[in-house]
Amino acid sequence: MQWINAIIQGILLGGLYALLAAGLSLMFGVMRIVNLAHGALAILAAYLGLVIVQATGISPFLALLAVVPIMAAVGYLLQWGVFNRALSMGGLSPLLAAFGLAVVVTQLLQLRFSADLQSLQVGSLSVASITITDQISIGVLPLITFVVGVVVILGLQIFLSRAPLGRAMRAASDDPQTVPLMGIDNRRVYALATAIALATVGIAGMFLGMRGNFNPTYGDAMLIFAFEAVIIGGLGSLWGTLAGGMVLGIAQTVGAQVNPSYGILIGNLVFLAILAFRPTGLMPKAVTT
Amino acid sequence: MSLLSVRDLDVHYGDFQAIYGLTVTIDEGETLAIIGANGAGKSTLLKSIAGQVTPTAGSVTFADVDITRTPPHKRVPLGIALTPEGRRIFPSLTVEENLLVGAHVKRKGPWSLASVYEAFPLVADRKDRFGANLSGGEQQATAIGRALMSNPRLLLLDEVSLGLAPVVVEQIYAALPAITSTGTTVLVVEQDVNQSMKVASRVQCLLEGRTVLEGRPSDLHRDQIASAYFGI
Repeated sequence: MQWINAIIQGILLGGLYALLAAGLSLMFGVMRIVNLAHGALAILAAYLGLVIVQATGISPFLALLAVVPIMAAVGYLLQWGVFNRALSMGGLSPLLAAFGLAVVVTQLLQLRFSADLQSLQVGSLSVASITITDQISIGVLPLITFVVGVVVILGLQIFLSRAPLGRAMRAASDDPQTVPLMGIDNRRVYALATAIALATVGIAGMFLGMRGNFNPTYGDAMLIFAFEAVIIGGLGSLWGTLAGGMVLGIAQTVGAQVNPSYGILIGNLVFLAILAFRPTGLMPKAVTT
Repeated sequence: MSLLSVRDLDVHYGDFQAIYGLTVTIDEGETLAIIGANGAGKSTLLKSIAGQVTPTAGSVTFADVDITRTPPHKRVPLGIALTPEGRRIFPSLTVEENLLVGAHVKRKGPWSLASVYEAFPLVADRKDRFGANLSGGEQQATAIGRALMSNPRLLLLDEVSLGLAPVVVEQIYAALPAITSTGTTVLVVEQDVNQSMKVASRVQCLLEGRTVLEGRPSDLHRDQIASAYFGI
């Protein structure tokens, strides 16, 4: 029974990882940008939420309505001002730009908020749970996080496969030189992709802040989990990212069931095993280009 | 008044000059064939018109607007569409999605999914296939359909016949009257002289970045073309 419980908790945790990884997966899929600032930006969103909650006294859930569009705007400007230029320089430039951004964001947060642990207060919701049997109960907040993670990935998938802009993003991913011949401005498509990615980062950061404590350097660990989810699932595949998040979450909670200090270790070992034996991930892109 | 006018164009790739003072004009409704051997500058000329390369000297004027330095994505709304060398079909999109991306710029005109499928039955049969899984001929037909979806005033076709079986080339050229009959101006670049002589109202032969022969197909003699083509 304990094991079943561990798996259920792992699936719920996987929802958070998938939510964190969705934007990373999207930016890599469309622009081949490895956004090393992803974790730092998630923490930035959590602090943004904190400032709004402290200033207005509203619930963190309501604050999402402000954080998400602000993060989307940040994404648009970031792509337009930094990443598009870095992409035109080619090579490692986007990676280095993202790394620099991660350092700057983390340090600015340290400067403004210090290294003290913070959290977004959600009142009794943080301990509310649904009891299934004596030994299995599901936390309401983890359940909400999980549902939001699945909805975000589902929404992104539908957007990419059905919407004209999503189609343009896939075309730009295939062949950025040919897309302008269709009358599409790559730079604008990229800016919108990063805006969407950072909107999801905004959601992920807020849920991180609601579920536990955070400080400015907390983004590094989150970046690693998000990366592992993307790689386990298969680069450039959103369904894979969802599956990868769950595999990582289950590995961590089952590992912790064996011994509380093994959780993260087992997660990393599963990740290494996937890299060694199935480097394309669980659900690689159907069409190789 | 000509629809497209390329004047005294010079194009360089680094130290290498691909085009020397080239002048090309096309009237609305005309079909011009640019022929020439490998390295004559044909594809470079098309890229200059579509905006993929920036000339070092000279000008490109389309419908009285100077577009010499206009980026490619802003030329499509003006009515210029290119089917690029190598077709460049988006491999992870289906044929139909490729066509829909071509329709991103919503210019008004006769071309739609239905009319492209009618003109190219080959494309209609494959509409749900991924671009990566098409034969050369299917790719070429899809590429032309994709360019038509923007309802261009000027359609630029680069090396339609390259690498295709003769029977497939025939099928694709069979659709050309349907395109020109809607009033679309066509500039076709070809190595296959016979094919282009059949469809063009005027032929211009390039050699090493310069025009060496120009005229109506009926006025040109085979030997004239052969010597211009090979520079002998």
